[in-house]
Amino acid sequence: MTSTWSVAADAAISVLQMAGVVLGGPLLVGLMRTVRCRLEGRVGPPVRQPLLDLRKLARRQRTRPEHASWIFGLAPLLLVATTLVVAAVAPLLATGPALGWSADLFAVVYLLLLGSVALALGGLDTGTAFGGMGASRALTIGAVAEPALLVSILALSVPAHSSNLPAIISGSLAHPLWLATPERLLALAAFVIVIVAECGRLPVDNPGTHLELTMIHEAMVLEYSGSDLALIKLGESMRLGVLVALFAVLFVPWGIATSPGPEHLAVSLVSLVAKVAVLGVGLAAFEVGVAKLRLFRVPELMAGAFVLAVLAVLSALVLA
Amino acid sequence: MSGLLVATLVLGLAGCVAGAASPIGIRTPLSVALTLAACAGALAVGVAVLVRGRAVSFHDQHLLPLSGFNLRLDRFGALFVVVSAGVAVCALVYRLGYDGHGLSSRTASAVLPAFVTTLLFVPSASDVTTFLFFWELMALTSLLLVLADHRHRAEVPVAGQWYAVMTQFGAAAILVGLVLLATHAGSQSFAAIAASSLHMRPWVRSAAFVLVVIGFGSKAGAVPLHVWLPRAHSESSGPVSALMSAAMVNLGIYGIVRVGDGLLHGGPVWWWLMVMAIGALSALFGALHSATSRDLKRLLAYSTTDNMGLVLLAVGASGLFAVTGRHALALVALVAALLHVVFHAVFKGCLFLSASSIQQATGTRDLDSLGGLLRRMPVTGSVFLVGGLAMAALPVLCGFVSEWLLLQSMLHGLPSKDPAVAVAMPVGVGVLALTGGLAAFTFVKAAGIGLLGLPRTEAAARAREVGPAMTGGSGVLAALCVLLGVAPFLVLPAVIDAANGVLGRRGPDPLVRGWQVGLSGVHGVLAPGILAAVLCAAVGTVALVRAAVEPGPVRVAEAWGCGRELQTARMEYTATSFGEPLTRVFEDVLAPSHDVDISHVAESRYYVEAATVHTSTDDGFERRLYAPAQRALRRFGTAARSVPNGSVHRYLAFGLVALVLVLVLVA
Repeated sequence: MTSTWSVAADAAISVLQMAGVVLGGPLLVGLMRTVRCRLEGRVGPPVRQPLLDLRKLARRQRTRPEHASWIFGLAPLLLVATTLVVAAVAPLLATGPALGWSADLFAVVYLLLLGSVALALGGLDTGTAFGGMGASRALTIGAVAEPALLVSILALSVPAHSSNLPAIISGSLAHPLWLATPERLLALAAFVIVIVAECGRLPVDNPGTHLELTMIHEAMVLEYSGSDLALIKLGESMRLGVLVALFAVLFVPWGIATSPGPEHLAVSLVSLVAKVAVLGVGLAAFEVGVAKLRLFRVPELMAGAFVLAVLAVLSALVLA
Repeated sequence: MSGLLVATLVLGLAGCVAGAASPIGIRTPLSVALTLAACAGALAVGVAVLVRGRAVSFHDQHLLPLSGFNLRLDRFGALFVVVSAGVAVCALVYRLGYDGHGLSSRTASAVLPAFVTTLLFVPSASDVTTFLFFWELMALTSLLLVLADHRHRAEVPVAGQWYAVMTQFGAAAILVGLVLLATHAGSQSFAAIAASSLHMRPWVRSAAFVLVVIGFGSKAGAVPLHVWLPRAHSESSGPVSALMSAAMVNLGIYGIVRVGDGLLHGGPVWWWLMVMAIGALSALFGALHSATSRDLKRLLAYSTTDNMGLVLLAVGASGLFAVTGRHALALVALVAALLHVVFHAVFKGCLFLSASSIQQATGTRDLDSLGGLLRRMPVTGSVFLVGGLAMAALPVLCGFVSEWLLLQSMLHGLPSKDPAVAVAMPVGVGVLALTGGLAAFTFVKAAGIGLLGLPRTEAAARAREVGPAMTGGSGVLAALCVLLGVAPFLVLPAVIDAANGVLGRRGPDPLVRGWQVGLSGVHGVLAPGILAAVLCAAVGTVALVRAAVEPGPVRVAEAWGCGRELQTARMEYTATSFGEPLTRVFEDVLAPSHDVDISHVAESRYYVEAATVHTSTDDGFERRLYAPAQRALRRFGTAARSVPNGSVHRYLAFGLVALVLVLVLVA
């Protein structure tokens, strides 16, 4: 009986996480936008504006370019679905969501890559120059970001002897000193750079621009409209939300529920929201101060992140 | 069972005779049917060996003079036989619908069954002579098949020359390496070499290993001996390119593992670091070139170099773990390598067959002349998409599972006292990650430019779906990509047995033998079936939500063209422009050449009459290694011409000097 209950509880946590990411992602984007505006001396839209935009877009008819195939309509679905799966398997609120044992950090990375690939194919399917341009640039950055991402995961996995997310987080809860080691800090730095690149934030990509010379993500999704565009905007903000939340639990795990029970979950939810909000404000404040990098300077940034990640692994071994 | 093995050989020979002797009307169906029967026999023997775990042998003293004809199919060889037979069945079914490329000629019809048969028998040979007999026959028959279309295209003879030289070079290295081992073992049977190899002197073992790595590495397309591969695999006909890229290259891996682990029982650390370095270099080089290539089949051929590089990386890691005493991890890495061989065969066979369908339907394999094919060839296009997703190692297709397992083996190798291991593992993960990202880039380029958007030429616009034999042959492999990705447990036990067999290992397995993939005793496994189910459910839910909220059906509209009236294919991104950012990022490695030619109007230099831009990224090794070597050889040849001047006295003197030298060396 208890096992049935715990399975149901774990499944409930997964569903809660998915719902939280669907709502929290757009709110995080709204929060970052508001912070940015305030720092620049503007009033800015309310924090819930992205959710209002989504509601508006979802009610509009969607269009499809005449030469596009079924890929065009599938890409937004895959983008949101892969992020939903990540939100379901990642231990964001509790160390044991229902399917947490079945996937690890590597699977999470490849799932997100599947979403990016689907979106790039959708961009190329339109047959316009913008779609191809965005897809080419997005995947070039994705390809050079991949080594830094996987090696920083390796640095996180070495002390835990596993790349399984619950195992890593339980490990660092049990040994709080892991968090202050040089390898953690180096991996943290590499991870931040990669998150910025994966989510298309400044200084890698400017989500606010529609200037053809500098667009990356926006060029890819130029042909989408109505509910498809709503899905893409939702998917992108969910991606940012889930990666920032993952970052929060990986590097500052305290507060996460290690045992079932509504009171633990409530504490966990509050602490996660606080951590994500703090990170979001920090990221937004950082974005105010930087300009977008030239496209061909981005690989240098990624190479720097890769070096940081390799140093993280090596220091994990030397200091172990 | 040994009777079935002989029957397979006889059926293959019968197919060969049928191809050579039967009248033109029934030539193709008859020879293909007999070869299919041979493949069925090989599949039966291979599966039986894998399931029962008992080797099948056949010995005959009269078939080959002096040495005898010795076959022994163990679990490790059986895995490769099953893979070759599976790919061959699909390629042969595909061949029934495929025409052109000179495959219907008498020579080609006779040689194709022979090639398939050698693919089935190389892994069953149990002594040096039998092995080399099949190996050379495989090289010769595949060379003839590459050359089948030599009358119609000028590139074919060039590809054939490169292939002939490289394969003979490789075969010579293998011959010397194996003969060295046989001489010091006092017998040429593999069992005798394996029994006495640990007592051989270190230099003999090392020299033999380096030689076989060179020889087998050239067959597997390892850098820098890969130069023949993009030419031969792209110039040969559809079924042949699939057989070469999905089945023949595997035998290079077979040879390295058989000799390194099976015959020599592992060796010093530097052997395996060398294998890992070759693997890493091949993976990166192949991935970069396949990401920037605009020729569809050349792109796939470079991706073969990339994937075989990853397999070599895993083989090297396995050897390294074994040397440092971590035998369980060595098994995991070798299982990852063999699993990747199996999965690569499935998705690369699928990709080469569907790419050849595209070539047959449009008459070109230049990506910049394709486009819009998914709507015109829905089945072939979808098959290519599935194979490409597997090539990009994306969940939940088969390529993902093997890369995941390789990542796990490297991760668990890590807290290591050995500095070589400690440095090799993070670098290996970095290589794996970069090739993974580049493979995703390559897939999006090939599929997005070739299949999606607007057709770029008239031929692409007129393309029609190919016949049922061709879609069937490639479709089965695409279905396998999905099935094995979701349910890797269908092949995983066989692969674990094969790896245990060649490592000579007994005891509890470090790998979970259930419907998940993972290491036992370690927290965290991969459950691709569950992941696939959850992903499908999520896609379905999101689609339902979208359908529920949207107000009406999708409106088909013109794409935004910055105010232009008409959207044409000239506005589209091409494969060259798609790869341009990456080419610039890796400029130092790829060294692209760039020619701009502007001609002006005669009256004024301010008006341009025509401007042409020519960019190409040719193979750096060809330019920097092979071109100087060829020039040096040619100079040597020209200079040496003055030595034989026609004087008989001089020739007799040469003979005498040579004889004296031999006598001095022997004494």
